[in-house]
Amino acid sequence: MNRSEDFAPLPVEAPSASPHAHGGARVGRTMALVCLALTPATLFAFWAFGWPAVHLWWITVSGAVFGELFCLKLARRPVKPALGDGSAVLTGWLLALSLPPWAPWWIGVAGGLIATVFAKQVFGGLGQNPFNPAMVARVALLISFPVPMTFWVAPLPMHLAEAPGFVDGLRITLGAVPLPDALASATVLGFAKTELSRGLDLVQAFAAGHAPASPWHGLHAGSLGETSALLILAGGLFLIVKGVIGWHIPLAVLAAIGLPALLFHLIDPGRYLPASSHLLSGATMLGAFFIATDYVTSPNTRLGQILFAVGIGLLTFVIRTWGGYPEGMAFAVLLMNAMTPVIDRYVRPRILGRTAAGKPLEPVGKEA
Amino acid sequence: MMPAWLDRLLCNPWGVHPQDDRKRPAADNPLRHMPMPDRLYLPVQQHLGAPARPVVLVGQRVLKGQLLAEAQGNVSAAIHAPTSGTVAAIGEITAPHASGLPVLAITLAADGRDEWIALDEVADPFALSAEEIARRVAAAGIVGLGGATFPSALKLNVSRRAKIRTLIANGGECEPYLSCDDRLMRDEPEGIVEGLRLIACATGATEICIGIEENKPEAIAAMKHATRGQRDIEIHVLPARYPMGSEKQLIQQVTGIEVPADARPADVGVLVHNVGTALAVARAVRAGRPLIARVLTVAGGAVAAPGNIEVPLGTLVDEVIAFTGGLRREPARLVMGGPMMGTQLPHGRVPVVKGTSGLLALTAEETGVRPSGPCVRCSSCVGACPMGLLPLEMAARIRVGDLDGALALGLKDCLACGCCAWVCPSRIPLVQYFVHAKGDLAGRERDRLRQEATRKMAAARLERLEREAREKAEAAARRKAERARQKAAEAAAAAAAAQTAASEEGVSS
Repeated sequence: MNRSEDFAPLPVEAPSASPHAHGGARVGRTMALVCLALTPATLFAFWAFGWPAVHLWWITVSGAVFGELFCLKLARRPVKPALGDGSAVLTGWLLALSLPPWAPWWIGVAGGLIATVFAKQVFGGLGQNPFNPAMVARVALLISFPVPMTFWVAPLPMHLAEAPGFVDGLRITLGAVPLPDALASATVLGFAKTELSRGLDLVQAFAAGHAPASPWHGLHAGSLGETSALLILAGGLFLIVKGVIGWHIPLAVLAAIGLPALLFHLIDPGRYLPASSHLLSGATMLGAFFIATDYVTSPNTRLGQILFAVGIGLLTFVIRTWGGYPEGMAFAVLLMNAMTPVIDRYVRPRILGRTAAGKPLEPVGKEA
Repeated sequence: MMPAWLDRLLCNPWGVHPQDDRKRPAADNPLRHMPMPDRLYLPVQQHLGAPARPVVLVGQRVLKGQLLAEAQGNVSAAIHAPTSGTVAAIGEITAPHASGLPVLAITLAADGRDEWIALDEVADPFALSAEEIARRVAAAGIVGLGGATFPSALKLNVSRRAKIRTLIANGGECEPYLSCDDRLMRDEPEGIVEGLRLIACATGATEICIGIEENKPEAIAAMKHATRGQRDIEIHVLPARYPMGSEKQLIQQVTGIEVPADARPADVGVLVHNVGTALAVARAVRAGRPLIARVLTVAGGAVAAPGNIEVPLGTLVDEVIAFTGGLRREPARLVMGGPMMGTQLPHGRVPVVKGTSGLLALTAEETGVRPSGPCVRCSSCVGACPMGLLPLEMAARIRVGDLDGALALGLKDCLACGCCAWVCPSRIPLVQYFVHAKGDLAGRERDRLRQEATRKMAAARLERLEREAREKAEAAARRKAERARQKAAEAAAAAAAAQTAASEEGVSS
């Protein structure tokens, strides 16, 4: 057979598989949107807790980015794409939001390094880590350094005269000045735990004058990310509208915390906090919208995600109510992260034309 | 099984929704007709199944519509001359495929007279028997023009035997850019309806549904007008969502029936035909015209004047693009078919074939080529998959060579529709993984069959040797027995002789 003279072989490039178009989604854009969603709550927290909080925030983010950079260099992996996706910045940011706002600088540095080096890069970097890096870092810090990690300050908004300025703030963060005990305050959850352990009734305890302020307006002691539950909620709703996260996980987390809280509070208001305290204080909002929705460490399917989120919500409620720690979101997230591979193994979508078990369906509609 | 409402709540609506389907302005420009080129290159394999067998000789003069290559085997389709001229060569040309491998083709030098062969017209095609309609469809070399290129006559016969009830006309045309079906529905709705009625006659279908995506309002209006007052034809306006035109998805959307895995639509009483195929059927059955030209969309950012063109089969891609007005700039990628499932072409010197629904000259911005990154398990692909698969998990298995793991996750149910890769924020070439794995599996299957055959042959040889040895032994035993019998007979004869002699002796004594 002769090859037609019109068809001298031309050099052929390695062909690309279909599709020859793309929807335009980028990991970097997703990370940027999440950071954008965190911005209002973060700025509010900066205002509420002043310059020490700002310094702790950038130190933590720098620690996380440095840890990532160090590992990439060590592994001789390309730096630009890995750092450019913004995942290290986001990890550091989320960690900073879960720290006491006036924590010393080394808490931020250690936390950032733990998050990106030990919780992320040792597993192979983005997408490979089984546990949420920010929560691993927070739990590691909490267990290793319980005192600075539970030193909460009452809000001291920036516009007040007694609020520390830029330099004073830096000195507080760097530990150059001792923190006055007078500033110390309790979070709602911490207060409830302490009073209960003293054998007091919660209704009476909160009726007494020294109870922490109502969490509704957001100005109360706590980490950066728990001050304004409403702004965190707004950021989360923005992400849902933008399609970055689904509504399944946040709703299921909130329901799984809120419903048992409601039930137990109805049974015995003296021993159990009301649902509103559970939902609006601690890391509930941040956890439901920004931590539990982490792509890497949550299940693949909608049903799996709901199971995962219900697990987080229930565990959080259980740890808060009966555990030794006032707050349990980070522990609950890590425990359910460990369950993610198991959930993914057993919860799979049904394939079109097959039963849930994978057998072909029986033909229907033929006889009619 | 999950109740339907829970299913809806927990499952993403499958597929992807490109914000801009890029179908216009090509869809709105009037159809243009490509003048006959000097040379046409007709591969003998333009359909699914066995290649057609050439029935002409080099140097032979042929007329327009004359048979050039006949269907060979059960699954095959005939090839006809798109114009009158001389067979210049029967040899290899570059295939219109990403590989750029050679394919056997008939080269036709046009004589410019465009002289038709005598056509076998019928006055009333609806008076024909079902078998006769299918025969005329087969004789015209019609294949599915939506892109699958399955021989249509075979589909008609299978559906008739399966006693189907519903005929669905696929006017989904869900691929971005493509608008050739849209154009046909706007320009020739009556022809399409006639084709559908003939297909219904040939298969015994009692209801006809025409499914059209909502992004084609003009086509919907034209088809509604053409079917006005016809009770048994229903127009279904479908949501514009890729891959709506995929057979199983279309059937589910239109009839609510889910086609079982490993089953054909005919098994659930449904037949799906593309609207372009229906038009070709009408022309073949009524006028006896074979499939020698098709309408295709020329589009893409690098094309100067996008539009729909009727092109004689066998025309070179370069010539088609040149006819439309050429390229505005150098394309980053030349694609035959749609952007989601089409194949990249090695160059433009390959012919248009029966399954060519579009020619796209795409710019780098359009192809969206970027280096791929690690999977962040965002599970966008899980939501986009129209089959309910876990693309990220399958790709992770294939990456480490675990083909069985990928199979267990449903690799064989993958359509290669490209939704997963389209939504992937990490730009992982997921379809490439799946195509590669399916190729490996096919290779493994071939190896298994070869080993099976070898094993069978070895067993047969062993059996033959045993049989021969047994026969030899039996023959030897037979001979031995024969000899013993002979000996015994001889001995008996001798004894008898001795006795006779003795008695004679006794008598004599």
